[in-house]
Amino acid sequence: MIALKNVSKRYPDGYIALNNIELAVESGEMVFLTGHSGAGKSTLLKLIAAIECPTSGVITISGQNIAQLKPAAIPYLRRKIGFIFQDHKLLFDRNVFENVLLPLQISDFDSNTAMSRVRAALDKVGLLKKEKVMPITLSGGERQRLCIARAVVHRPAILIADEPTGNLDAEYARDIMTMFKSFNQVGVTVLIATHDASLLEDTQHRILSLKQGKLAA
Amino acid sequence: MIRVWLMQHGIVFFYTFKRLASTPVTALLSITVMGIALSLPTGVYVLMENLQSISGQAAGSPQISLFLKQDAQKEDIDKIQQRLQEDSQIVNYRFVSKDSALTQLQQSSGFTDITANLTYNPLPDAFVVHTRENTSDSLEQWKLTLQSWPEIAHVQFDSAWVDRLNALLKLGRSVVLMLATLLSIAIVAIMFNTIRLQILTKRDEIEISKLIGATDSFIQRPFLYFGAIQGLSGGITAWLIITWGIAVLNDELMPLAQLYDLDIQLQHLSLQDSISLLLFSAWLGWLGARISVASHLWQIEPE
Repeated sequence: MIALKNVSKRYPDGYIALNNIELAVESGEMVFLTGHSGAGKSTLLKLIAAIECPTSGVITISGQNIAQLKPAAIPYLRRKIGFIFQDHKLLFDRNVFENVLLPLQISDFDSNTAMSRVRAALDKVGLLKKEKVMPITLSGGERQRLCIARAVVHRPAILIADEPTGNLDAEYARDIMTMFKSFNQVGVTVLIATHDASLLEDTQHRILSLKQGKLAA
Repeated sequence: MIRVWLMQHGIVFFYTFKRLASTPVTALLSITVMGIALSLPTGVYVLMENLQSISGQAAGSPQISLFLKQDAQKEDIDKIQQRLQEDSQIVNYRFVSKDSALTQLQQSSGFTDITANLTYNPLPDAFVVHTRENTSDSLEQWKLTLQSWPEIAHVQFDSAWVDRLNALLKLGRSVVLMLATLLSIAIVAIMFNTIRLQILTKRDEIEISKLIGATDSFIQRPFLYFGAIQGLSGGITAWLIITWGIAVLNDELMPLAQLYDLDIQLQHLSLQDSISLLLFSAWLGWLGARISVASHLWQIEPE
């Protein structure tokens, strides 16, 4: 599903964020990516979603080499991925419903299907009663769940989350992890970056740890 | 598929109106500026069109009067008529008999007193001819030919007057073209800036849309619609300004026309010209938005 070969990322100022990464994630797998902040977790996720380009190496998503994609094809790649951003990236001038609707609007869904899909996604994350609320009034945990709803509403094959439990207390964090597991159970490939070791204590899923831009097994 | 596509465009259209309505003062101001800018060249154009029609379309196809001799007989008239019919240079001609000429003269007020004192009809039979020729050289040539025909007393046209009016109209057209070009550039510039500001205020939305897989054309669409709709509104404003201007000028012209006993009324843009104005203004708005979008959207790349 996701394969990285000899992938390196060096920023213009000379900082090496990723160094020769080899990684393969199978379809339907759930993988955790750990490491200290600055270890390159976010960079790795952004490379997979073609938000940044690798300096060298090959990244393939379901058989497609994304370095060879034309700029016009990148939006269609991103639609296969649900991305939960570390900084949420919510639109604060739109209500909860409209925020979740956005991925469907951009990919030409007809409005009836879109409405029911948005409600289904909001229901899954438990925000159905708050669909008219503006995001500014939501708590941290609710905002995180709103991000998840927006990431899954178009039913992507891959779900990527960057520090999804960042500032949440343990109980909220567990709720959110349960949600990811349920998405994974219906066949979605899930990739979660986190530095929260407590999340990983009792997991049976694969854990990859990044240290100074390198993968340690 | 087409239904979804239409609906998508419909939604954007609706949102564009909503956005215009959300900042009514700004929107009204820029629409007014565009309307005034467009109304200047269009107004000059309207005045010129009226000038041309008031001057009896003289500039387009020159009118020549053939005056027959006083003693011209019916056969002579028929002969000349036949010759005119055969001449390929003639667009159309009209015979004005001496009797109808006198009646016309009597009817046009101001001459009533003079005609009442006439004991006989001093007017000759005449032909009014429109020709394809409109350069003064060829008209001069033509005059000589006509004058050599039998029973023709006098051939009259004022080629100098035609030339002068032509030159004047040509000048007017250049003025219209210059004004139109300059002000069109100004409108494109206004729209460029308006859209630039909009793109800046919608930075987050654009960035997030790109991140979740919006195509460039999806992101551009609302801005292009905005430009076209605002341009169109500017065109409508210009049309209304000209309507108002014509009404005011017509009011002013009325006493003047009465004094000189003339029937002068300014005409508005023709339907075709009105549609051209609206389409052109919409296109200008679209163009300004298009250039702005092309030069600013790429700067907003997700980090």
